[in-house]
Amino acid sequence: MTTHQTSAQPPVTPHDPAALHAELDAVWRGLPGWRGFVCEVNHGAIGLRFMITAIIYFAIGGVLAMLIRVQLASPRAAFVGPDIYNQLFTMHGTIMMFLFAIPMLEGLALYLLPKVMGARDMAYPRLSALGWWCYALGGAILLVAMLAGVAPDGGWFMYTPLSDKVHTPGINADVWLLGITFVEISAICAAVEITVSILKLRAEGMALTRLPLFAWYMLGTAAMMLIGFPPLILGSILLEVQRAFDWAFFDPARGGDPILWQHLFWLFGHPEVYIIFLPAAGALSVMIATFARQPIIGHAIIVAAIWAMVFLSFGLWVHHMFTIGIPHLALAFFSAASMLVAVPTSVQIFAWIGTLWSGRPRWSLPMLHITGFFLTFVLGGLTGVMLAAVPFNWQAHDTAFVTAHLHYVLIGGFVFPMLAAITYWMPHFTGRRAVRGLGSAAFWLIFIGVHGTFLVMHLTGLLGMPRRVSIYPDNPEWELLNLISSVGGFIMTAGFALFAVDMGLQLFMGRRTRRNPWRATSLDWAMRLPPPTYNLASLPRADMETDERTLTPSRLDMLATTLAMGEGMLAGAPRGVRETLIIDAVSGRAEAVAVLPGNTMRPALTALTIGLFFLAMLAGFYWVAAAAVVLVAAICASWIRPVAPIQDTTSAVPETIEGLPASPFCRYGLGWWGSAVLLVANTSLFASLLFAVAFLSVIAPGWEGAVQENPHGVLPMAALLVTAIGGALLLCAGLWSQRAATAGQRALAWAGMLAVAAGALASGAMMTGSPAEHARHAVQAAILAYLVIHALILLTMHLAAARGHRIGVQAVATQGVLAQWHGYTGLVALVGALALAVAKL
Amino acid sequence: MRACLFGSLLLLAACQGPLSTLDPGGPQARSVFVFTSAMVLVAGAAFALVIGLFAIALRRGRRVTGGDAGSVRAERRWVVWLGIAFPMSVLTVLLAATLWVGEGQFVRNDRLPTWRATASQGGWQFAPLGSDGVQGATTDRLVIPAGEPVIVEIVSSDVIHSFWVPRLAGKMDAVPGKPNRHLIQADTPGTYLGQCAEYCGVGHDRMRFEVLATAPRGSAAGGQP
Repeated sequence: MTTHQTSAQPPVTPHDPAALHAELDAVWRGLPGWRGFVCEVNHGAIGLRFMITAIIYFAIGGVLAMLIRVQLASPRAAFVGPDIYNQLFTMHGTIMMFLFAIPMLEGLALYLLPKVMGARDMAYPRLSALGWWCYALGGAILLVAMLAGVAPDGGWFMYTPLSDKVHTPGINADVWLLGITFVEISAICAAVEITVSILKLRAEGMALTRLPLFAWYMLGTAAMMLIGFPPLILGSILLEVQRAFDWAFFDPARGGDPILWQHLFWLFGHPEVYIIFLPAAGALSVMIATFARQPIIGHAIIVAAIWAMVFLSFGLWVHHMFTIGIPHLALAFFSAASMLVAVPTSVQIFAWIGTLWSGRPRWSLPMLHITGFFLTFVLGGLTGVMLAAVPFNWQAHDTAFVTAHLHYVLIGGFVFPMLAAITYWMPHFTGRRAVRGLGSAAFWLIFIGVHGTFLVMHLTGLLGMPRRVSIYPDNPEWELLNLISSVGGFIMTAGFALFAVDMGLQLFMGRRTRRNPWRATSLDWAMRLPPPTYNLASLPRADMETDERTLTPSRLDMLATTLAMGEGMLAGAPRGVRETLIIDAVSGRAEAVAVLPGNTMRPALTALTIGLFFLAMLAGFYWVAAAAVVLVAAICASWIRPVAPIQDTTSAVPETIEGLPASPFCRYGLGWWGSAVLLVANTSLFASLLFAVAFLSVIAPGWEGAVQENPHGVLPMAALLVTAIGGALLLCAGLWSQRAATAGQRALAWAGMLAVAAGALASGAMMTGSPAEHARHAVQAAILAYLVIHALILLTMHLAAARGHRIGVQAVATQGVLAQWHGYTGLVALVGALALAVAKL
Repeated sequence: MRACLFGSLLLLAACQGPLSTLDPGGPQARSVFVFTSAMVLVAGAAFALVIGLFAIALRRGRRVTGGDAGSVRAERRWVVWLGIAFPMSVLTVLLAATLWVGEGQFVRNDRLPTWRATASQGGWQFAPLGSDGVQGATTDRLVIPAGEPVIVEIVSSDVIHSFWVPRLAGKMDAVPGKPNRHLIQADTPGTYLGQCAEYCGVGHDRMRFEVLATAPRGSAAGGQP
């Protein structure tokens, strides 16, 4: 694919901003009524939807917290019994971590990123919508279960063996495993989209060195999501399969190990908290720069600190497991690493303070919440460093001290920055100014409430109160402390309610705001408020100043006017399609023009069929679930279709737009990039599976139990060899890929798929025992199933591509994606066969 | 002065309790208590430093225009010295202290008297190691000699629990299939309360036990291995 030096110059006719707006609005607006709600794919609307849904879940989680505090306000309250109490704290944690925090940051990222980078939309509008629908439906499963009294009750991290079928026979644990995995699909979709959008969909000339700081933070967050979520997805799959089919992954009596769950969970769980913190830190960087009236100092070092945190976050997970009986060297290593992560964090804290110190800070309501952040998060970070010290951890682990610590870092490090962010961007979302008065009162109630609840809780924990107890009749020394915490909790709730009222007042009764009310210098304020669906009438050129560090508010206003007049690139929507610019990831040179899909019901329908699969699994109708998988594959295949113009000005999308190739005709377009990024997540999943095998084979107490002579002689090895050969064939098919599939390459691919599937199935049929007998057979079956599933995925992709070509999709656009998956499946088949052969599984 | 005295007495009283980590009854818990107190003081000082700088930054910037905004000197001062060098030095000291205090918590001598603790959702079973599990077995009460270190070999028969006697030592989880060896010592004879510290279902609230430390000489009853 050729690259271009600069974009072609447009005709020098002055555009009428109103006419431009009408042209763009006709192409970019949503549909009216309920159809509009179902078919919406635009990032602004979907981002707001994520945030509003997240806030609703925050309220639900908050109510659960109040119920917990009512129970704990007195030592032998009869408010709820332990069985309901266990559901309360499990749901509180689960909702706050999975249904509030992650979707909230996803929503903010989806809304802001295109605006901050000078683009019109994210890379995959349909995927954004799919993410929201999966989140909404998955969350609904959990809520319905809670109302029906069968909410998960194993704690938000669901340790085995408590959460296995023997000790939780009811449907509660399955609700968690299936519902949360459903929601995690949403997170993976968001991570893929955020990564590709930041790398490829920026304004012309916005080189990586000029990437806005908020985008750097989100890129790091997305990287952590891609690598951090799959271990939990794998663990949930394994545990659900153990519960449904009795496969022995976590049962120590059958060669499994309950600690495997803890490793898989915390490999996700620790990056999770940085996934939650980094976007908040990104928002803080933007807001502090605005209110200090100068750019953040140490920009380059902060970027380095972000990536240090991303990298380090994967080396800390064992600090959640210090008491399970770990070798001393491991304890020392993870203790040191957990302390080390305080360094990139403090780089940011001091950079922010230094920016305020050397700038000209001015006061505002967001600054009040930012002060709340400093006073709360720093304390939480310090108690975190204390907990990193193993001897102290052995006393404080699983006590109220940890509850206090985690609330200080989460409320301090996420909630206060989000309150600041909502206050800061509310004029952007609504186009209206704040109504003075209530905001400060809300802040003070929240602040006093937070510290009232959780400050004394440190002492409560050191006095011996464990987590997750509903009564404490024999410990009068905890009574006053718990009462204080409960009163604090109610003050906090009042504060949040007042905050919501304040936002409601602004939304319904605020006066219209002027453009860029905070006098910021980032591109998101270079537009009308509230912004149109397409953000900008024309996109910035390479010669226009777009760097937030050098822009001034007045030059930003001039840029806004220039773009609204249509003097940038891709002015209007003359071809009747939704367009935005694709650039080279590092240099920022214009490469292609992305042609994006418009309103469609497909994401909602896809989410419904995925939901059907999860509900069938939950109900135990496994054949219906299998049928649902076929349905999901069919619907996903239908996503491969040519983008049609929305306004019928031309009959098809042209091959070049303003001198640049249009993305449907590119080999390395958005589809190729998204597939590559998704494969990163897939690699993490496979690596987690290999980790599980390695861990069990070394650590599991009963692993050696079931080594039997294989009655089939050399046939199992032969089956593995067939699988490996199939893998090699697929690898060749992937490497030998051209713009259009040749007959030879197609034959290679089909032979490879068949060999992998046949070899894996034969190997599975010849296992010396069933997966329910021993964990060796269970992990062997898991690896083989992974290979068979990937062969089926390849088959589906071939069929979908063939159908797509028949209806107008360019072969060049699908070939690259197929090549990637051939190569990947080939590699995992080779590695999987090797692993099975070496471990003599 | 009197206020300080009164305050510290109040603080001391507030730290008492049968499950208090701030009222140590043995060397393991005591060294952690001292370590914790030192960490709290250092953390308090760090907090005061950060918040103090933040407050000054807000006040200061209103009066000064421009300043050394964006200069390399400002960057080096804040980001390199305060952001990197300062925490690294404090953390190095902390890590050294952690490793040193940690040494006293681990089992180094495997030939100390050992008891087996088996946790289940029905409670705790203790027996001297090597017995057949019936002779000398006690439910929810572990009897050990006072003034001597002992090893507790902790295992679970169902889900994960945790053995924790806060006044004596930190906690160690009871995992099915994998016994964990844990060092505890009670300085003086008495009863030390323990509780399960890992969520284990509906009985977790009430899953308590006690460690009875008996006078060291002449006590035949009460189970010595």
